[in-house]
Parts: sequence; structure tokens; C-alpha cells
Amino acid sequence: MSRPLTATQIWAAPLALGLLSIVGLVAALMADGIGDIVSWIALGVPAAAALWFACTPGGRNGSIG
Amino acid sequence: MTLKSTKVWYLIHKWTSLVCMAFLLLLCITGLPLIFHHEIDHALGYSVDPPELPDTGARADVDSIVADAAARRPGEAVQFLVGDPDEPEFWFIRLGETVDAPEASAFFIYDARTGAFLHEYPLGQGVMNVVFRLHYDLFAGLPGTLFLGAMGLVFVFSLISGVVLYAPYMGKLRFGTVRRARSPRIKWLDLHNLLGIATFVWLFVVGLTGVINTLAIPIFGHWQSTQLAEMIASQGDGSSQSAEAPSVQGALDAARAAMPETELSFMAFPGNGFASPRHFVAFMQGTTAWTSKLLKPVLIDAHTAEVVDHRDLPWYATALLLSQPLHFGDYGGLPLKILWAVLDIIAIFVLGSGLYLWIKRRNMSFEMWLTAMQTERSETVVPGAVSRQPASRS
Repeated sequence: MSRPLTATQIWAAPLALGLLSIVGLVAALMADGIGDIVSWIALGVPAAAALWFACTPGGRNGSIG
Repeated sequence: MTLKSTKVWYLIHKWTSLVCMAFLLLLCITGLPLIFHHEIDHALGYSVDPPELPDTGARADVDSIVADAAARRPGEAVQFLVGDPDEPEFWFIRLGETVDAPEASAFFIYDARTGAFLHEYPLGQGVMNVVFRLHYDLFAGLPGTLFLGAMGLVFVFSLISGVVLYAPYMGKLRFGTVRRARSPRIKWLDLHNLLGIATFVWLFVVGLTGVINTLAIPIFGHWQSTQLAEMIASQGDGSSQSAEAPSVQGALDAARAAMPETELSFMAFPGNGFASPRHFVAFMQGTTAWTSKLLKPVLIDAHTAEVVDHRDLPWYATALLLSQPLHFGDYGGLPLKILWAVLDIIAIFVLGSGLYLWIKRRNMSFEMWLTAMQTERSETVVPGAVSRQPASRS
């Protein structure tokens, strides 16, 4: 059995994606133009990360590096 | 987290998810085309593009537009003049059987530059109307809307419990792990956790703002019976009435003059529930990205065309107004709508994988789930949990 992960190891990525999502949801509300672009990028990262890990056959498959 | 509290959260997640599952799948599937309803309306010919005209800055008199609309529907009443700052070439006129009827009877589109009648938006027709009603009220009116709101609230609790379970589940799995080589159940459990946690904030915000949107009628009803009623009551009994027909253009000009840096969102006509028997109420929106989401009601005497009062909306109405763009995803151009669609499809996979896991292992106990999340190399670590499987299926 491998060692348990620390809370930091478990939550770092979800927390980062969550904060990016908040930035993405708010930016386009606050400003047009640059705000829209920030939204697309910040909200695009969580969507892209979800799809990347879900669709990459060669991605993480359970072995802890 | 103790084993016991993990088990409680597991049961909360299972049951809140099962309660709202069917309706959330319906909402996600019908919500997908609704993200693009504006584009679809144009493609189907329900809406029109403004005719190409040289930009002279000319604006047609709103009174003649209102008169034209009223003449097209004798016996009916103009309820609202509606503008769209994103499409300043248009005025929209909403009519009803009476001025305060809750349902619209017609919705006309006019050229704001020439005053020409352009189009009648077909109300209550077509496949998009079916999609909308399924998403909005299940064809059951306000009770249907409130029921969907309750389902959305259960969904929000399901999301929170899912996040709580993420830590114990991921105790030995790095972020993004999908154990493909293992049983389909393990693979879909991993996918459920990955897609759910990566999109949690979006799911939470769209879910919660959807719940708030279901309260639109009660929220505006409360505003009408408190603040609007106060504004009207402070104007006395209206002894200064003249016999002249009210001037819509005059009221609009007065509202614009009183509220610089704003444009009309919509104006309720005298007798409508959003106005008074003797006043127009113009709901003005700001001209920046942020202020354009908010509305300021302006009370205008229908006969003198003078602004007699204006106030900010209370916090609960502002919360509703901000919930609309955050739910619809219509505030950041087409790329944001496409992201909304992608995230919505991911949400369908989160729901679908959760449903699959439940069907596959309807009798899966908490202990078996714990086994699945703790197994690293083999699926059968807790013999007790596995040996219970055949018995629990009967």
C-alpha cells in the first residue's frame, strides 16, 4: 500500500481550480473586454483540466509517482 | 474525519443525489440549448436582425410605436416597452389581454430608428418553448417553478456532501487519477470524483443562482407590495389628473434625464403591477458591464411626464438580478456560452456517472464504497464487504 496523501496534496489542485472558477465567473460581470477574456481563460482551465484527465488514456491511472 | 461522519456524509450524498437526480438531468439537458436560445431564435426566424441603415442617429417617436402596437391588437393593452442596450436598433412592445395580465398576448419588435414594425415574436410555440417550459416550470406554473427550485436546493446539498467525501476518497489517489485498467465501477467512480470536483464551483454557482431565479415572482411580488407601494402612496391621490393620453416618449425622456449614464431596460405602463394606475415605472440599467446587470426603478407621473421618485432596488432584488447572468452564462460573449455548454455537458457526465454507480451497485454499502476508495492494487481487500454482495442483491 502506498502512503496516504496529506491534506495539501489532496486539496491543492481542487482549490486552485475552484479559485480560478470564481475569478472566471466574476471577471466578465465586472468588466467588458479584458474581463471577458479573463473569464474565458479562468473558467476554461477547470473545464480543460477535467476533460484532460478524463480523456487521456496515458494519464494518471492509479500509480502514485 | 472519523469513519462514522464519513458514513453520514456518504448517506447524505446518496440520498440528496437520488432525490434530485431525474430533475437535474432534465435541467442540464434542457439547459444546454437554452444557453444558445438567442442564437437559435435568430436561426429559426423567431427573431430578426435589424435592417442595414445609414447611421444618422435618428430615433423614432416611441408614442407612434406604442400606438401602432395597440392598433394591431384591438381590445388588448400595452404592458411594457422593452429595450435591449445590446441591440439599440430595437424597441420591443409587450401586450396583454389587460394591462396587468400576467401572461403576454403579443410581443412585437420595432425598428427604434424608423419606428417600422419588424416582426412578431411567436409566443408559446415551437420546440424551444417546450424546452424552456420543461426547464422553467414543467408546464405547471409557479408551483412547478418552485418545485424545480426545491430540487435545485437539494442538488446544492448533494454537491456539498460530494465535496466532503472527496478527501476520504482521494486519500491515496493523486488529483486526476482515473483507474482505467480496473472494473468499470472503479473507473466511473474516479471519473465522477474528478469531473465533480474540477467543476464544483461552477456547478454550485449555477445551481444556487438557478434556485434564486425560481424565486423571481415572489421576490418581485414582495418588492411591489412594499417599496413600490410606498413610492406610490407617497404621491398622494392623484387629483392633478388631466384627460390627456399619457406620453410614453415624455416619460422615457424624463427618466433618461433624471438618471444619467443609464438606458431603459423596460418600462411598465400605468395599471400594470410593476407601475401604478397613474404612473409609469421605468427600470433603468447602467451602461457599464457591472451596472448594466442592475436596475433602478423610476416612478414617472403619466400625465405630467415628471419623475416623482426613484430608488435603488433592495438587496434581495439585486441578488436576483445578479443571479440571472450567473445562471444563464450570457454575460461574456459567445466563448463564455460555449464554456457554459462544455461545463453543462460535464455536469451531465457527473450526474450520469453517479446514477450508473447507484444502478450498478444499488445495494453497495458504505463499507464497500470505502473498500473501493482504499484499494490500490486489488479490488477485494475487505472480504466481508465483497462476500455480502450476492446476498444483498436478492
